[in-house]
Amino acid sequence: MSGDGYLHPVPEPTPDSKPYWDGLRAGKFMVQRCTACGTLRHYPRPLCNECFSFDSEWSTLSGRGIVHSWTVCHHAFLPVFKARLPYIVAIADLEGGVRTNLELSAPAEQEIWIGMPVEIAYRVISDAVTLPVLIKARADA
Amino acid sequence: MSLKERIAVTGIGETAYVRGPGSGKTPIALQLEAALNALNDAGLSPHDIDGLIPFAIGPMVAEDFITNFGIPDLNFSALTPLGGASAVAAVQCAGAAIASGLCRHVLISLGRNGYSGTRVTSRIAQMPQFRVVGEFEVPAGAIAPAQFYAPMARLHMERFGTTSRQLGEIAVTMRRHALLNGNAVMKEPMTLEDHQNSRMISDPLRMFDCSLESDGAACVILSAAEAAKDLRKPPVYVMGTGEGHPESPSAISQRADILALGTRKAARKAFAMAGVSPADIDVAEIYDCFTYIVLRQLEELGFCAQGEGGAFVEAGHIGLGGRLPVNTHGGLLSQAHVGGMNHIVELTRQLRGEGGRAQVKDAEIGLVTGFGDMCDGSVAIMRRG
Repeated sequence: MSGDGYLHPVPEPTPDSKPYWDGLRAGKFMVQRCTACGTLRHYPRPLCNECFSFDSEWSTLSGRGIVHSWTVCHHAFLPVFKARLPYIVAIADLEGGVRTNLELSAPAEQEIWIGMPVEIAYRVISDAVTLPVLIKARADA
Repeated sequence: MSLKERIAVTGIGETAYVRGPGSGKTPIALQLEAALNALNDAGLSPHDIDGLIPFAIGPMVAEDFITNFGIPDLNFSALTPLGGASAVAAVQCAGAAIASGLCRHVLISLGRNGYSGTRVTSRIAQMPQFRVVGEFEVPAGAIAPAQFYAPMARLHMERFGTTSRQLGEIAVTMRRHALLNGNAVMKEPMTLEDHQNSRMISDPLRMFDCSLESDGAACVILSAAEAAKDLRKPPVYVMGTGEGHPESPSAISQRADILALGTRKAARKAFAMAGVSPADIDVAEIYDCFTYIVLRQLEELGFCAQGEGGAFVEAGHIGLGGRLPVNTHGGLLSQAHVGGMNHIVELTRQLRGEGGRAQVKDAEIGLVTGFGDMCDGSVAIMRRG
């Protein structure tokens, strides 16, 4: 998947994960669910670890959640991230029972706390790539 | 069949550990140099090596040893791809191969130009163990171990009141120990204030919470217990080993308890095999990629209760003269980052009484750990022969 001039790392979807990335391009946060037993399969993967079924369907979550923990990154481990410093990466517990580890798009001096309400937003990188990011939950959400 | 006391460390070898301007040698030449030092230490010839476990992340493969050593008929080769837990996991793998009769003398090896050559970010990008986070987390800007581990440290602080100064206590202690070692990259003392003033890398981890990038190699020879007695140095017997893989081993974020490490599982197996408890350990070489990872392993190994790692290190227990001297060589934080192979080398020295100015008095039983990738753990418990 080309970043079209976007120099940061971009995902390379596989047949297992393509629906997840397609969902993001459509503005939806989707998780894989085992058709046989209902167990969530996140991150996307071929096999259900409960019943060993390959079958799955995709369900859309609200994208709302709370901060589980976080870090403020002050060092660029790849040169391309230098211009973005400092930036926040947060693990979030989403409604529906899955976790994400994503950029929390907020000023670095923004007060962050465990339990802080957040929601998924969609950052369009190119025609091919939309990345999920977290933002502080909007009051009307 | 138990692996208890079936093998012993019979040879250890290292190169000089350096940073700028770099070793000036290839990682293959570095590992051959360390291997020859280990063979000389054991009183073995390169042709005696009939088993090889090179470092899983390369670049040196078994073929390079066979070619350079002219090994006529190698019986066993394997990799233990557990990132920083690989070296100690290789001890267990060697034990299984030797105890089954496949081979008698296994060389385990690790070396690289981690300063002047390929740095950490490029190295891990090539590791299949990072494929999952590579797709789902790296695009968000979580790229390097510091950024994956920092949220664990943050949660530990929130949950247990652990402080950055307590992490600093670990860094300062490792530096104090490194200054006693003639082969350490860091040569200047560090104070707690130096730690607190070091720049933030990935909050709450500061620069002095992070291990070094350095050039060098270390090798260890493991031999069948019955073959170990007649070699040059007293054998150091491997009493117990274990490896442990955490839930969701490909992504920390997907683990029910993000503080959990594979170390707890590895420790349970290693202590059970050895038939000893944490109170029996005289000295510990604990994989210290980050200060926080030392603190958490102390808890998971059972040296203190969950959440009490901060108080444990603050009480001075991990320094020489303390209850549990840790990383008597200075560790990855202040000696050099040799993937923890230097930890096995140092534990062997301690249990032979070759620890020099950092020798723990009357050390009889010691423990060494590895820690890798998304929190794989490996543990080995050894005793003086």
